[in-house]
Amino acid sequence: MIGALPRRPVSGSGPIILLTVALVWLALVIGAPMATVFAQAFAKGADAFLDAFKDPDAWAAIRLTLLMAAIAVPVNAAFGLAAAWSLAKFDFKGKSLLLTLIDLPLSMSPVVSGLVWVLLFGARGWFGPLLEAGGVKIVFAVPGIVLGTILVTVPLIARELIPLMAAQGTDEELAATTLGAGGWTVLRRVTLPNVRWALLHGVLLCNARAMGEFGAVSVLSGHIRGLTETLPLHVEAVYNEYDFVGAFACASLLAGLAIVTLVAKTALERAGRVAAIKGSAA
Amino acid sequence: MTLTVDGVFKRFGRYPALTGVSLEARDGEFLTLLGPSGSGKTTLLRVLAGLDKPDQGRVFLDGTDFLALSARERRVGLVFQQYALFRHMTVARNIAFGLEVRPTRARPSRAAIRARVEELLALARIEGLGGRYPAQLSGGQRQRVAVARALAVEPRLLLLDEPFGALDTKVRKELRGELRRIHDATGVTTILVTHDQEEAMALADRVVLMNQGRIEQIGAPHELDAAPASPFVFEFLGECNRLPCELAGGVARFEGFAAPALGDANLAGQGVALFRPSDARLDAGVNGDGLPVRVIAVHGRGAVRAVECQALSGHRLTAELPDHLAIRFEPGQRARLTARRVMVDITRGASSKIAMPTQARERA
Repeated sequence: MIGALPRRPVSGSGPIILLTVALVWLALVIGAPMATVFAQAFAKGADAFLDAFKDPDAWAAIRLTLLMAAIAVPVNAAFGLAAAWSLAKFDFKGKSLLLTLIDLPLSMSPVVSGLVWVLLFGARGWFGPLLEAGGVKIVFAVPGIVLGTILVTVPLIARELIPLMAAQGTDEELAATTLGAGGWTVLRRVTLPNVRWALLHGVLLCNARAMGEFGAVSVLSGHIRGLTETLPLHVEAVYNEYDFVGAFACASLLAGLAIVTLVAKTALERAGRVAAIKGSAA
Repeated sequence: MTLTVDGVFKRFGRYPALTGVSLEARDGEFLTLLGPSGSGKTTLLRVLAGLDKPDQGRVFLDGTDFLALSARERRVGLVFQQYALFRHMTVARNIAFGLEVRPTRARPSRAAIRARVEELLALARIEGLGGRYPAQLSGGQRQRVAVARALAVEPRLLLLDEPFGALDTKVRKELRGELRRIHDATGVTTILVTHDQEEAMALADRVVLMNQGRIEQIGAPHELDAAPASPFVFEFLGECNRLPCELAGGVARFEGFAAPALGDANLAGQGVALFRPSDARLDAGVNGDGLPVRVIAVHGRGAVRAVECQALSGHRLTAELPDHLAIRFEPGQRARLTARRVMVDITRGASSKIAMPTQARERA
């Protein structure tokens, strides 16, 4: 196991210079902006900060963001598991095509991920007239926002699971089957426990991305205040109205979410390592 | 439980893995499936476990049609090559798994499961390891857990796929004895796949020797030794010298000597004789019966030594001699070589190239 090799202590001027450059750079491009977010949010004191959340539109944006994540994350978890399972444990034609397709949203601008739904379900889209006749509204409404978010976050959970499941192989599942376990029992008692840390890791990343998504959602939302604006869109709208404290207060929520995600991710990785020491059979 | 395999064919794409395999395992018998890689032995095991479906043929266990049952329904204990222990479960939970996943009606009580686990831990001689995780065990201990887990469901058939492959030689020999003891204690009909002829011969009541998807011979280890059905069997079961000869009437004639040939006495023609270094005899001097050779080297120490010789034709031959005879030979010395018994392969003809003695196991 490479990770178990002892790390070399820092010595000599080369590593120290590199380390300094890296730290200064991180402080400049990540630390300073993060600090600015919170500084701006509290620029006019805590009361002004709290006032920003008295705006019903801000609450609507928070609620919509939570709702969207509550749909997108479970959907992608289910899809990610199914895709990773079939990719890692079976051989079939078109396997590499499926792998590439799963990666596509990562290499595509989120704006495109939003536009494809407009092209499909928009008023002038392929299915637009049909939807209109049925009275169903997808684009510029909540369903569109959810679809756009799902498309953007498709790879995040599947990507975490595929390499792990492929490395683990199918022997444990086969062993469980010969011992009399049915399909659901095998999934619940063998497959899921073996990937639980990676799955949680993927869920965290997916959640952070879903809540923070701007591009795809921006295309699909229609920017109706209090109805179809998620938190990132609300931040932009408020900012454009020169309400800096309001914008940065909401932005600080998103930044806080990022920090919580990172801390949870680190904790998970630590727990996963402990589990690996206990659990990973060679 | 008597297992009957009847005319089983299995093909993977264009590759024929099994081409008409039939055998019978008697109740409580320990069979080993032996053969080089690609001989179909693991495929046959997977067919028996229900992990692969044969294209043709039938499999019965005590008269019930085994192929009509899924892997889940067969109640077959399968020990995987890498053991496939559930990595997130303790040893005790691993062993209990087959009982815990039974439908509520058929599931034993918690106390009964715990008692059964203790019993199996004792049987496999891993008492006290019940609380450990697989990653905390040695290779040998993992194998014992895998066997105990497979036995927990009281399998009708115990199948083992190269269970000693991942272990070092010393542990391997020890566990071999343990496995035989567990088999004798439980009486479960057992089929073990291996490519190691020594292992197969040491463990089995009967050995099923496979080659290219077919069974070459089935028999007790001593039967395979005494009456190999084909040159392949003879060659696979031990180290061989190779020497061209003329076969007729059950006798192989060489330059300077003749030796009784195993196998079909009606075969005649030119061929290559195979014989064990332990069946070779070496006499000093140039006068008398025997193929004239020159000693090249004397290898080894202890009770038996290998004397390596070269014939005038260039063929290299090895004779294994007890050390009190071996010390009479030195490199460069002339001697005469004879063989007590040979197996002749007439398909190879007399024109075969000079070949070095090789170990069958290295090829496998």
